[in-house]
Amino acid sequence: MKFSLRNTIVMGAAVTGLLAGGVAAAQEQYIGLPSYRVGPFGSNGASLFGGWIDYMQMINERDGGVNGVKLTWEECETEYNNARGVECYERQKNRGATGNSAFQPLSTGIAYSVLDRVAQDKIPMVTIGYGRTDAADGRVFPWVFPMITTYWSQASAIINYIGSKEGGNDKLRGKKIALLYHDSAYGKESHAVLQRLAERYGYQLTMIPVASPGNEQQAQWLQIRQLRPDYTILWGWGVMNPTALRTAARTGYPREKIVGVWWSGSEEDTIPAGDAAKGYVAAGFNPAGTGFPVIQAIQEHVYASNRGNMEDRSRVGSVLYNRGVVHGIIYVEAIRTAQEKFGKGKPLTGEQMRWGFENLRIDDARLSALGATGFMPQLNITCADHEGAGVVKFQQWDGAKWNVVSDWVSGDRQLVRGMIEESAAAYAAEKGITPRDCSKEM
Amino acid sequence: MTFFFEVLIGGLLSGVLYALVALGFVLIFKASGVFNFAQGAMVFFAALTFVGFTEVLPGWTGMEPGSGGVFWLSFALALMSMVVLGIATEKVVLRPLVNQPPITLFMATIGLTFFIEGLVQAIWGNTARGLSLGISDEPVMWMLDEFDMMISKFDLIAAGIALVLFVVLALLFQYTRVGRALRAVADDHQAALSVGIPLKHIWAIVWGVAGFVALIAGLIWGARNGVQFALTFTALKALPVLILGGFTSVPGAIIGGLIIGASEKLAEIYLGPFVGGGIESWFPYILAMLFLLVRPEGLFGEKHIDRV
Repeated sequence: MKFSLRNTIVMGAAVTGLLAGGVAAAQEQYIGLPSYRVGPFGSNGASLFGGWIDYMQMINERDGGVNGVKLTWEECETEYNNARGVECYERQKNRGATGNSAFQPLSTGIAYSVLDRVAQDKIPMVTIGYGRTDAADGRVFPWVFPMITTYWSQASAIINYIGSKEGGNDKLRGKKIALLYHDSAYGKESHAVLQRLAERYGYQLTMIPVASPGNEQQAQWLQIRQLRPDYTILWGWGVMNPTALRTAARTGYPREKIVGVWWSGSEEDTIPAGDAAKGYVAAGFNPAGTGFPVIQAIQEHVYASNRGNMEDRSRVGSVLYNRGVVHGIIYVEAIRTAQEKFGKGKPLTGEQMRWGFENLRIDDARLSALGATGFMPQLNITCADHEGAGVVKFQQWDGAKWNVVSDWVSGDRQLVRGMIEESAAAYAAEKGITPRDCSKEM
Repeated sequence: MTFFFEVLIGGLLSGVLYALVALGFVLIFKASGVFNFAQGAMVFFAALTFVGFTEVLPGWTGMEPGSGGVFWLSFALALMSMVVLGIATEKVVLRPLVNQPPITLFMATIGLTFFIEGLVQAIWGNTARGLSLGISDEPVMWMLDEFDMMISKFDLIAAGIALVLFVVLALLFQYTRVGRALRAVADDHQAALSVGIPLKHIWAIVWGVAGFVALIAGLIWGARNGVQFALTFTALKALPVLILGGFTSVPGAIIGGLIIGASEKLAEIYLGPFVGGGIESWFPYILAMLFLLVRPEGLFGEKHIDRV
């Protein structure tokens, strides 16, 4: 075998690189990101994953990682497609020094598709503001974390918000509320709660489906025009949202009477709708804006050195970008929490991360330290409650930007929690799961 | 009854816009026998390129953002891009596949779809944008006051633009030399070649015209729902129109569009509640399938006769 000088140098460099990589890997926390930047929802995915990556980049740049552990991430394009999402999950689950420490697909469909796998593989699945609502019962779903606010809490909070506009929930009797929803598992998630609340408060609920993707809604809005509802709840995603606002304008329905959910309340929904979006109100668990210290820190430590992830910098501070930053905060704080127990400066396994998520507490003091006061609600995850907050803020589009028009609004926590436990118990019975006894896990 | 007519008229107006997208398919199929699966992607390419130019031109030229100059220059540049894209498609993708089975050409256009979608997003980004054509998007007040009927001013004007386009294309096909050559190529490639019609030249013209139609469709649909990836789905609305109207007939595309538009809206309102609603996306396909059983070549399609 003949070794040339060039080959020897290349081999030497490769071995050194591998060794260095091995040493570095021990100090890295791998995070697989099943993102989507192309396809019908690519615009939404680019903002959210951009915000999330920028926050992690900022933690690496400013703090040198979490207690010295650098955050590393790898994107896998799902195109918001269930099959591709599962493929990404399988591809990433064993990557990194300790495997993928958590899975977060930003898709209710993908979340349902890997529900059983995450429990088998012991990888926590975090679904912030989407996914299966009854998974908030951590006794039955120990590996799933539908954090901050579930769809059911959001639906209930929207009714409370509408009630407050009418002078109290007792004034809802006899009112007409239309639900214009994406005809999918996501869109149907709210039905049970809205129907239960309709029985309680006496409003008349009409549910109108829109076939995906929702780029034609003439028939639905003519129905709404005939019905003349006092309020219309918009439960859409992607192109369905601007189309709804445009068609509402075309049928003369006042936009101030449309209340959107958080996946209908971003710049990606209002800017394409143009003037038709003016006055529209939507829920959200994070406001828009660049005035928060956490966003300014990203600009200072990431964008000032041209290391930002967003191609279109004007979207930094948008609703979905900031939601991505919220994702980053939750991940980093869970890593921090888990490191307190399992050892600072060490990368964590999926099981250890699960503990970190389940013991995550972000109170006002911590939010202030993070520069995120008012940016996201306080969070208190427990063994039984994987939701942790259950509140939303409402924002109104003024034609150019979102303005917060409410404080944190809570849903009917008692009713929603009761429904979650009821549904989770049925799931446990169906699957033969014995719910955990949380009193023994303190 | 007012409500019925409101739904019907709204549906007919939407149908004209479906026909506009279908027209792009018809033009290419007529002239080259290629079912251009990439037509939806071309609509997206055209609209995003137009909006992209409206964003960058003020910086490049110092013109006032949103001014007429920016609009028309962007239109011209987007049109040029579409013509270049059309000609390049013909030269690079289709010409090497001449005499290949239709399924090969069809598969090539599927590949082309992904290429166009990726290319345009790589150039202009994937952010959802708004597009204003300066047409107010509100009900016609006179109809509202007199008949309590909501008819969209935007849809009415958009349908008018589409109809003008149909007439212009019909005249082009009927009364010009290029039109006659186009019809000759559509009837028989070999015969057209034998009498000296430059086939490749004609195909380039057809792809260029299809690009122009895609630009008009992209601007109208983009102004209606925003310029974003979902514009590619407008092609899905055109498919049942083509099945119904025939792949080779411009009037067929219009009539097919009107039937599909009206029937899907009426079905959504009057049948939807009995089957859980949300039937607008699949009802036109059921209708088209039923139609295929009775008249496989579509309403105005050419009857195919094999002589043995």
